[in-house]
Amino acid sequence: MSQLAVNSITDGSGGATATINGYTPTASNMGGKNRIINGDMRIDQRNAGASSNFGTGGEFSTVDRWQTFENTGGSATNQQVVDAPAGFYNSLKVTVTSSATPASSEVTQLQQMIEGFNTADLAWGTASAKTVTLSFWVKSSITGQFGGSIASNGTPSYSSYPFSYTISSANTWEHKTITITGATSGTWEATNQTGIRLYFNLGSGSNHLTTPNTWYSALYRGSTGDTSLISTNGATWQITGVQLEAGSVATPFEHRHYGQELALCQRYYQKRNLFNIGTTSAVWEGYFGGGAGMLTIDLPVTMRAAPTLTVLQPTQVQVYETSGWTSRTIAAQYSSIDFVAFNIDSTSHNNGKLLTLSGGSTIPTGQMSSEL
Amino acid sequence: MYKQINNNLPFSGLADMVQRLSDNAFIPFDPANTDYQEYLAWLAEGNTPEPADEVGA
Repeated sequence: MSQLAVNSITDGSGGATATINGYTPTASNMGGKNRIINGDMRIDQRNAGASSNFGTGGEFSTVDRWQTFENTGGSATNQQVVDAPAGFYNSLKVTVTSSATPASSEVTQLQQMIEGFNTADLAWGTASAKTVTLSFWVKSSITGQFGGSIASNGTPSYSSYPFSYTISSANTWEHKTITITGATSGTWEATNQTGIRLYFNLGSGSNHLTTPNTWYSALYRGSTGDTSLISTNGATWQITGVQLEAGSVATPFEHRHYGQELALCQRYYQKRNLFNIGTTSAVWEGYFGGGAGMLTIDLPVTMRAAPTLTVLQPTQVQVYETSGWTSRTIAAQYSSIDFVAFNIDSTSHNNGKLLTLSGGSTIPTGQMSSEL
Repeated sequence: MYKQINNNLPFSGLADMVQRLSDNAFIPFDPANTDYQEYLAWLAEGNTPEPADEVGA
């Protein structure tokens, strides 16, 4: 083993373009280089690996940060599965359960909205726009051309860059790399709204498809000639290792610690037990006025925006009141980026008392969503 | 469809949230919340949320 001790490494001209394993290390492609969250599909707070249907109305139904959507009249499921290329553990699997031929205005897609705070350094919309590279592993039961696009948030108007890739062998993991010249025009959000949209087209109509590999001042979601997965009943398509990074070379996937990745996801979605002791009961510090008590929760991660709150189960909890256990409604009361509260319509106590709550045989569960 | 909700804190008035009746989600009035953006668009179409339940109802 030899040892190299130098004070600097430069390229042949003394510049800063020296490469290591084919890419030039820069501040933007080292730690934190991947703008995609949950690119390896490990975090699945909503379903914990269970299969769910594609969204049809903008809802989030699959692994964290990813959203599926189709309005073709067909149907498909999405599921986190333990099937991945070497170096990965999970992938997201799409299975068509009812085929359809998309009309011109219809879409079938997987998408992730990337927050503007995480893309502002790319300087898109300026003459200094940085080139980015998208890389991912994909496997499908169908071979041929597939596609997708990168797009802006559409405020006040859209910019998009459709791309295509080819799946050569059925049911075989293949690594794809797409380099995209940075957008020098258009308006790109730079704060807590959507900075960049990433679409994978799984069957969209002609209105959404065009010639790839150039920028358009319109929203396209794929390329002319893309395979329509939704048109084949039983067809499958899987993806993992999705990475979007600055530069023109696909560097190795950025494997983050599970806790880090979970925290990144929790900025947009959190699902948790609403009680704080045990699984079915809790001592609750009562705070009363107007006939309700307040259950307060400090969020473990500051969210992108004040989250939408939903009590998943149960809608009523047991409250130990002067007359004994009483069933009371639990509902959201207050929401902020780092603190939320739920009220329970107990009316038989005075301000400042302690209450005992129970979910009975059900773990009281809620969700907080500030997805893009 | 949406429904206004009461503020159950010890002062009167409506909460800074609205309930989406399709899934009973409670949406805060945060301009960066996409559900709130959809609610504003729904209002802009001329729709009106259901009134909140009377306090004590």
